[in-house]
Amino acid sequence: MASTMTTPETLSEQFGHVRDRLPGADVPWLSAMREAGLDRFAALGWPNTKTEAWKYTSLQNVQTIPFGLGRSAEPASKVTVVPCLFDGEKAGHRLVLVNGHFNKNLSALQGLPKGVVVSSLAGILKTEPGIVEPYLGSIGALDSQPLLALNTAFMNDGFVIKISKNTVLDSPLEIVFIGGFEDDTVIHNMRNLIIMEENSQATIVENHVGMPSSGCVDNEVCEIHVDQGARLNHYKLESEGANATHLNTAHVDVARDATYEAFLLTIGGMLSRNEKTVRLKGEGAHCAINGAFLLRGKQHCDNTTVIEHLVPRTTSREVFKGALDGESRGVFQGRIVVHKDAQQTDGHQMCKTLLLSDKAEIDAKPELEIYADDVKCSHGATAGQIDETALFYLRSRGIPEVAARELLIEAFLGEALDEISDDSVRQLLRNKVGHWLARDI
Amino acid sequence: MGQTPMLEIKDLHATVDGKAILNGLTLTINPGEVHAIMGPNGSGKSTLSYVLTGREGYDVTSGEVLYECESILGLEPEERAAKGIFLAFQYPVEIPGVTNTTFLKEAMNAVLKHRGEDTMDAMEFMKFLRAKTKELGIAEDMIKRSVNVGFSGGEKKRNEVLQMAVLEPKLAILDETDSGLDIDALKTVSNGVNALRSPERSMLVITHYQRLLDYIVPDYVHVLANGSIKQSGGKELALELEKNGYASFTEAA
Repeated sequence: MASTMTTPETLSEQFGHVRDRLPGADVPWLSAMREAGLDRFAALGWPNTKTEAWKYTSLQNVQTIPFGLGRSAEPASKVTVVPCLFDGEKAGHRLVLVNGHFNKNLSALQGLPKGVVVSSLAGILKTEPGIVEPYLGSIGALDSQPLLALNTAFMNDGFVIKISKNTVLDSPLEIVFIGGFEDDTVIHNMRNLIIMEENSQATIVENHVGMPSSGCVDNEVCEIHVDQGARLNHYKLESEGANATHLNTAHVDVARDATYEAFLLTIGGMLSRNEKTVRLKGEGAHCAINGAFLLRGKQHCDNTTVIEHLVPRTTSREVFKGALDGESRGVFQGRIVVHKDAQQTDGHQMCKTLLLSDKAEIDAKPELEIYADDVKCSHGATAGQIDETALFYLRSRGIPEVAARELLIEAFLGEALDEISDDSVRQLLRNKVGHWLARDI
Repeated sequence: MGQTPMLEIKDLHATVDGKAILNGLTLTINPGEVHAIMGPNGSGKSTLSYVLTGREGYDVTSGEVLYECESILGLEPEERAAKGIFLAFQYPVEIPGVTNTTFLKEAMNAVLKHRGEDTMDAMEFMKFLRAKTKELGIAEDMIKRSVNVGFSGGEKKRNEVLQMAVLEPKLAILDETDSGLDIDALKTVSNGVNALRSPERSMLVITHYQRLLDYIVPDYVHVLANGSIKQSGGKELALELEKNGYASFTEAA
């Protein structure tokens, strides 16, 4: 098992081994893009804790893991029950990826309404790469994010969702990522695209699960376009196994009068870093970036967001709540940038964390960069313990201590979950929180 | 009559943050009786209520507390609640994110479970709760809201009385229930408390002012000063205190 750190040189070597087997090897523009990614990574190197954006999160353990293709077909055939959020009667359309590869048998994509494309990236790159050519790499600039550069070089499979003009997808679409299934420990690079054309609407729910002991690393990139008047609800549950690493870099462009609502619930994985950049590019654009992170043991979860208000009259809202137990570590870096012309921006951000043990730690770094003068912005971060008076109040009415603590933690986290517009998803995620509290997960 | 006392406090000494607050408090309450404890600020009124209900940080250094002839000082707050002891807080706590309904159902079922009785399901409990809110004249939308969040002073105290009505305690301790209430709210809350009087239920009404006792008329009045009871008497004692103040009780003990 290689335990030497991957350098830009050895990376080129690793790339050389897999280049011909990566999808779209015969597509010139894609090959050029991959090479550009490699070059950019060579210039940037791995992010380290001396870089401001990575101050609180170290990728030391990731740097010795090789880049691989992931074993796809065979192990997936042994998956008999797909761990869906929407199952039984509630089951709807879903796309399933096992070890980073699309699996048609486990997915359920028949009968999608007209104007809705849900597909595997690898599939499209092999058959009709022209469909994604205008979008891939269009909003994720390679400049400053090493992980994005790496993903651009090694991108393998992922999902592509395109909702046509004026099309409304009525029921939630679930994407299930099953990782580490009889897999060697490798870094998977999934690249995902969501294109919401004018006035379209959809709810997409990502469900990341993994085998308990797998030490696999997911290095994902997601590029999201929300065109004029469109609305995207983009929810994600991270509940991978205890040794998994989940790295996600997302870029979202929101056009005039469009809405992007996101919620991230992190309960699994050893190391998780979600870096999301949202650009509000048209007047009336709105984004809601919310989340909850529930950690115990030695888990580490980093939520880094950048919301850019580029034009007048755009709004943003961020609500993050954390509950940290054991020796876990939460990180919240939320930056709001209000550009010079972005008058009448309304942007609010809040991160509150409950510390449930002496050794848990939260590092919160809210930042406001304001260049316009007629704006309403606020940010706040708090950290504290369970209110003893509230606890006593509940116990004095007969509620046992453990149940009383659970009630208070659940109520605390509930404020973030209340931000989820979709009723069914909100309930599902509430249940997950309940299970976490009861230590079922 | 051979009645067993509901509560016997014997020479109780207690400290808070290392400071002695209760200095030899002795009191006996029989079933069905309403006792009032009056005293100046700092006399130990709230401390008494917290020691009886087992709040952390209130340490008993000596003395005994027997509830239905059993010592309760070693019991957790939830265990004492299950046995039928209830405290109506002077400052009821706001609990955002927990609805009154959820709170009351959890409390009710915890107590039922502790007693080895069957718990109520959601529908049964709602029916039970609706009957209680109706009796107390409490609007139904109040129980759907988060516990005490955005409630006025009077609404918070009414909520304490609702909890009393739901949990049906044997010993109800009312800690300065009148604080922050105007006359109308005082009347409404008092009516609620009086409706809960019964031969099997005892009440310990802690108050600073006599006015509350015009509405919740006590059987006995005790003066608490410097951590112990200085004088006991009937309800007339309250009127005397109103006239003369606490001065004579707070001079050298």
